[in-house]
Amino acid sequence: MTKVTLDPHFDDAHSAGEAKRAVRQGLGVALATSAYGISFGALAVAAGLDIWQTCVLSLVMFTGGSQFAFVGIVAAGGLAAAPSAIASAALLGVRNVAYGIRMSPVIGAGFWRRAAAAQFTIDESTAVSLAQRTARARTLGFWVTGIGIYVGWNLSTLAGALLGDVLGDPRAYGLDAAAAAAFLALLWPRLRARQPIVVGVAAAVVATVLTPVLMPGLPVIVAAVVAIVVGWTNWLGRSTATDAVEPDDVAEREGLP
Amino acid sequence: MTMWTAVLVAAIVCVGLKTVGYLIPARWVEAPTPLRIADLLTVALLAALVAVQTLAVGQAVVVDARVPAVLVAAGLLLLRAPFLVVVVAAALVAAMLRLWGWAA
Repeated sequence: MTKVTLDPHFDDAHSAGEAKRAVRQGLGVALATSAYGISFGALAVAAGLDIWQTCVLSLVMFTGGSQFAFVGIVAAGGLAAAPSAIASAALLGVRNVAYGIRMSPVIGAGFWRRAAAAQFTIDESTAVSLAQRTARARTLGFWVTGIGIYVGWNLSTLAGALLGDVLGDPRAYGLDAAAAAAFLALLWPRLRARQPIVVGVAAAVVATVLTPVLMPGLPVIVAAVVAIVVGWTNWLGRSTATDAVEPDDVAEREGLP
Repeated sequence: MTMWTAVLVAAIVCVGLKTVGYLIPARWVEAPTPLRIADLLTVALLAALVAVQTLAVGQAVVVDARVPAVLVAAGLLLLRAPFLVVVVAAALVAAMLRLWGWAA
């Protein structure tokens, strides 16, 4: 709990105020995030998944970026692109490993508690938790945000899937453009330094250039190599370790899954 | 592979990744390179998905109603519009352009 002990004011009155603030923030983020589960549900059904498959993605996978990537690639390449869809979802889920490492001391001991915490470890719950200043507020912020989004996201996914099912041709409603906009909105808050901007532009170019020569799904996977090369060499990066880690308030400000 | 297999495999892999973070020794936190790569991976994949979702139809690169829709989305993001507003606006732009026959 080294991060928590940085706070010098740890009296009870202060602590109660901090806890209340964490709960309020968590509920706000949960509400905003849950709302666009509707777009995920509609896009998943438009991509060819049935309502149950769509709901299982939100219930089990429960990490928005990976879910959008999975249905986006299946929409483009069908079942033949499924291996690429799985790989893209997995690669986008890699950041949750980093979140788990940072949340581990906040969650504390106990097998079931840690197992449950792992499922609720996403952008928002990590961001809200780490933005708090006391140990209790950090723990509360994590659970309120994580459980709040889990409930809201799954309900809105079901609503979106039912809606998408009655809509018909997804292109007539601009759902293909909506998917592109969703990816852009997820990407936007991460483009705050030169290094991620260069990686983003390069990856987009690589994916576009490779589209005519590779089967759907693969260009996205190959574009990920850009991140590994730049990340490994820290080209255009800053020298200190903490700068490379995403700012704690990214999800809180922008509300991404 | 059936769609169910793909859905379940992808979901289980993602749950596994979430769990791994809680099993890794804390001293790994001090290693900047893996964290930096994890962060940039997210950026690269999302950017590639934006490009493909905007320009690709199967294996063809096509400029259609999605391009102006995504430009509108980018403008709204610059104005700090919320996620849902951005997504709905992009859908509306594409749908209207197609309805009026101004773009494919």
